[in-house]
Amino acid sequence: MSRAPSRAVLWLLLLTLGGGLGWAVLSLPPVAQGLGEQVRQHLQVSGVESPVTAVLLNFRGYDTLLEIAVLALATVAIWSVATMPRRRRGLAGPVLVFFVQVLVPFMVLLAGYLLWSGSHAEGGAFQAGVVLAAAALLVILAGAPLPAGAGGWPLRVGLMLGLLVFLGVGVLVTTTGRNFLELPPAWAGGLILMIEAAAAISIGASLALAFRGGRPRNARAGS
Amino acid sequence: MWMLDGTLAVSLVLIASRALAADDLFEAVALFVAFGLLMTLAWVRLDAVDVALAEAGIGAGFTGALFLAGVARLQRQARVRRPGREVHR
Repeated sequence: MSRAPSRAVLWLLLLTLGGGLGWAVLSLPPVAQGLGEQVRQHLQVSGVESPVTAVLLNFRGYDTLLEIAVLALATVAIWSVATMPRRRRGLAGPVLVFFVQVLVPFMVLLAGYLLWSGSHAEGGAFQAGVVLAAAALLVILAGAPLPAGAGGWPLRVGLMLGLLVFLGVGVLVTTTGRNFLELPPAWAGGLILMIEAAAAISIGASLALAFRGGRPRNARAGS
Repeated sequence: MWMLDGTLAVSLVLIASRALAADDLFEAVALFVAFGLLMTLAWVRLDAVDVALAEAGIGAGFTGALFLAGVARLQRQARVRRPGREVHR
């Protein structure tokens, strides 16, 4: 008997999976009912005009809170298994350095715009965070080291800022007799923008640090 | 538009299978990034611009960069363990 499953078994599995998926898709109703109408009806109490942001940060804020927690945990996991490899010089030519100097301020501006536009159009914390991470990657590739001392607490606070602000807002609203994460309609717009700004910083930091692949060498807690 | 959609759907499946079957890790990453960019177009065609932005940024751009860093690290480790041999997979 061979150790690997035979081709016939593999094909059988593939056909079962493919057939099941096809059947599931074909049995969907032609016009999905969905929750779009419900979201539209309650949009005015969400504090934002974009239905996507309303769902992500208000109606289903719990899911987004957990997503941000997962990103934070991923960074903790990466830091616990490895230290940053030492960078070898050679990539940072004058062209790249100049390019980065010109581009990075615009990327930070673009991240701010994406954050702001999330309240009424496409955009939001994740998109803004990715742009921030891309800017950080360019700076890393240009060979700039972490500023001395920034590898300790400032970096850690930045990494956890999104989670802390989101959790803090979620807990604070319970003192006014609301449920956890139930934003009061009058304040929702400002609170969402605050949560998203903090989340964008944390998302950008954790993505950029995932690229570096380990904890900073000079990062000792308390240093 | 059905021609554009059909081409997108077929090339997505083709590129995904090529990426999975590629022997060379670098080639697989390049195909993965191409897949992410085409997937972005597919999300735009489905009127999901938010998802398209996230796919372009995280799916194609960031995960691609992460994979490239991973491939570079694997090759460095392979060179340290077996000096003089070019390991590329």
